Amino acid sequence: MQTTLPKQPVTRPAPRLVPTQPVTLTINGTPHQLQLAPWTSLLDALREYAHLTGTKKGCDHGQCGACTVLVNGKRINSCLTLAVMKEGDDIQTIEGLATGDPANPESLHPMQRAFIEHDAYQCGYCTPGQICSAVGLMNEGHAKSRSDIQELMSGNICRCGAYPHITDAIQEVMQQTPKNA
Amino acid sequence: MSNYIGKPLSRVDGVAKVTGKAKYAAEFDAPDLTYGYVVSSTITKGRITHIETSEALSLPGVLSVITHENRPKIAWLDMSYKDQDAPPGSPFRPLRDNKISYSGQPIALVVAETFELARYAASLIRVDYREAPHETNLDTNLHRARKPKSGLASLLKPPPPKPRGNFDEVYAASPAKVEGRYSHSPEHHNPMEMFASTVVYEKDGKLTIYDKTQGAQNSQLYVTQAFNMSFSDVRVISPFVGGAFGSGLRPQYQLFLAVMAARELKRSVRVTLTRQQMFTFGHRPATIQNIALGADSNGKINAIYHDAVGETSQFEDYTEIVPTWSPMIYPAENVTLDYKIVPLDVFTPLDMRAPGGVTGVPAIETAIDEMAYELGIDPLELRLINYSDRNMAEDKPFSSKELRECFRQGAERFGWAKRNPKPGSMRDGHNLIGWGMSTGMWEANQMPARAEAVLTVNGKLRVTSATADIGTGTYTIMTQIAADTLGMPMEDVLFKLGDSDMPLAPIEGGSWTAATVGSAVKVVCEELGRKLFKLAQKIPGSPLAKAKWDDVEFVDKHIRLKQNPAAAVSLQQAVDQNGGAAVWQKSTSLPAMMKQKNYSRAAHSAVFVEVMVDEDLGTIRVTRAVSAIAGGKILNPKTARSQIIGGMVWGISKALEEESVMDHTIGRFMNHSLAEYHVPVNADIHDLDVIFVEEHDDIVNPLGVKGLGEIGIVGMPAAIANAVFHATGKRIRELPITLDKIL
Repeated sequence: MQTTLPKQPVTRPAPRLVPTQPVTLTINGTPHQLQLAPWTSLLDALREYAHLTGTKKGCDHGQCGACTVLVNGKRINSCLTLAVMKEGDDIQTIEGLATGDPANPESLHPMQRAFIEHDAYQCGYCTPGQICSAVGLMNEGHAKSRSDIQELMSGNICRCGAYPHITDAIQEVMQQTPKNA
Repeated sequence: MSNYIGKPLSRVDGVAKVTGKAKYAAEFDAPDLTYGYVVSSTITKGRITHIETSEALSLPGVLSVITHENRPKIAWLDMSYKDQDAPPGSPFRPLRDNKISYSGQPIALVVAETFELARYAASLIRVDYREAPHETNLDTNLHRARKPKSGLASLLKPPPPKPRGNFDEVYAASPAKVEGRYSHSPEHHNPMEMFASTVVYEKDGKLTIYDKTQGAQNSQLYVTQAFNMSFSDVRVISPFVGGAFGSGLRPQYQLFLAVMAARELKRSVRVTLTRQQMFTFGHRPATIQNIALGADSNGKINAIYHDAVGETSQFEDYTEIVPTWSPMIYPAENVTLDYKIVPLDVFTPLDMRAPGGVTGVPAIETAIDEMAYELGIDPLELRLINYSDRNMAEDKPFSSKELRECFRQGAERFGWAKRNPKPGSMRDGHNLIGWGMSTGMWEANQMPARAEAVLTVNGKLRVTSATADIGTGTYTIMTQIAADTLGMPMEDVLFKLGDSDMPLAPIEGGSWTAATVGSAVKVVCEELGRKLFKLAQKIPGSPLAKAKWDDVEFVDKHIRLKQNPAAAVSLQQAVDQNGGAAVWQKSTSLPAMMKQKNYSRAAHSAVFVEVMVDEDLGTIRVTRAVSAIAGGKILNPKTARSQIIGGMVWGISKALEEESVMDHTIGRFMNHSLAEYHVPVNADIHDLDVIFVEEHDDIVNPLGVKGLGEIGIVGMPAAIANAVFHATGKRIRELPITLDKIL
């Protein structure tokens, strides 16, 4: 048996890279001026350039939901979005959900508080994505029942298996929040 | 004392986890950080004949491409690559030479100024191979099965005991017999966080390494030996681990490659694997088992045969305890067990949640269900007929075993008494309903460990041990234990872990951390308490001056006389007596071997499951499950429940969803992504109920805990398989039970 990949002598010219460009992203209300390649994903821009590592990389292929953030209030997979496309948009990450000092439990978003109360996590790695996704789910307003929540949260994998507690937490916050609020 | 132990408290690291402040290995920054990207072999076996890196290197910003041809010198001896969980054999060495031993083997590391550049440059590497024929199929290589080599790992994973009685004769004469072949596919741990190491190159050439690991000191040991460095030059830090399930018990290849690159470039390097590369190291081995059971007409099982053949790599003999679970659960007099392995062209398998236990137990527990139908006895009744307070694999009594109570409480909660045993007898529209049950079991081990406790001049307690919290709740339960021992509020106690500079702790696995590190934390706080007591006695006019150690207790930040609580000295006063310095203690906790050696120690569970099987489509849902757990003392029912729920979800996953599908023609796992490697999503998980049965045990360890990381998964697969049989009349002995096996 012989080679799998063809042997290619290097005859073509060295590849030319498209230069990086300045991109301004509004993250949690703060403008961040970044120098990015056009193919840098929003996820990598957040983690490696803006140093906001709360948004997680679990697959980089839109298959796990760990990178979920809110863009103009809508939940998206930041790994499937190029950063340059989001100039001028309102990007909200897990770091921006709490108001004020995160050390003060009162300043946490109700969804963050509910996740702590219901132990809706174990290792914590999928948690920021779950919480952003849950906030996005509430913004959408489609979930009316426990099984709706389960179905509409199924884009966020939790390998530790905290699902029943995640659903409990979201259900509690939904019940607390008055309709049309 | 305070009384935090036993309370359902929220995690002390909860705020960090819900705000994104908890930092994982790939999230630590360093000045001038560079990025490494791994190139993986596209063949399964053979040699690299040429590797062309010039195109990649021509890109501005690409710093280096390290291959077997230009790598720096590394340690020569196999010994230098042995980590704390290494099986007997010759550990894999990345970039050792041009030899390819398995598909996806790392063959080059591209290092560049940015991640995007490293990834792109990696796509420009051209590799020529000379392929050799490979063997990856366990089923067609069973004739090559052999006994595993023994080594240090055999201490924790002994081979099955010798035959007892006369299986052949008694089985032949048994009025009731069942026999079957049970198997499961390979599985990959797939924690949500991909393996990553951030190696910070310090000015003096020392390394600070943020690594994804279940043992910071295990990674430190590996790096020092493989790169001939001293312990003082390598510090490994791992405060948060985004899931591991056993995958972090051995250092993975990104650590080796990142360290090599950092030392070569004298720059800080981060290497993160891709999700596809998460399928290129250890996995749960495919295993094939045969079981035969012989019983008398009253249901007493007199004869057990159980063999297992598991896969391993060509370079290490990975083993598990598989058939031995049969006599650990059932006290038959005539038992023959066998365990062998087959070396294949795959990476060495690796402990994955309840290794061996969730292989052997589901097989025997399915066979028991088959025997129940053979005899016409209720499956719960059959288990009670064969109940044993002795572990017949070791011929020792259990230090405690409240399994009978698990059966009772679990059956009652589930409503087992209402079950019609006839398969296919229960339905809801086009859904066939099945009820199944199983026993679960996992060993309760304790290892030696050390911990340090410091009462600061401000009266705060800081406790450290180099263990890990992979989501298990270690931070929280250790804080509870420390606070209770010294009578302090939890807010005044800080427990830290995951740093190789901290006191020695073993790798975090085998469900032993609560027992092991918990005992060390208890001991160090007690010994710190003694020091504080002595200081308190020296205070002029101390009300404790004449008291003996046994006369005092630690309550509400005070040391006070048990008989006269008004006679008290505050911890602050005691530390003030230390001449302006903190009070410090480092202690070791060792298992009480003399006390433990005459007993078998294990956690047990009884699991009851309802499934609904769509008659037309063959889809299976676990609509409800009850797990009744006898796991000793429950330190924190909130985090404990999460561990068991997590184990139950894993059990559903193993029974119905997950398998790494190998294409044997090319020798590669084909479904290497989270879209195609199926694990449960939220909508797959329904009503899960956990009962903690009260169980006292003062032999197992000073805290009376048994560990909960694995016991949640062990009983689930057979309970589900048995429920599927009850629903459909189809006995599926190959996991996972996918719909094609039902239709």
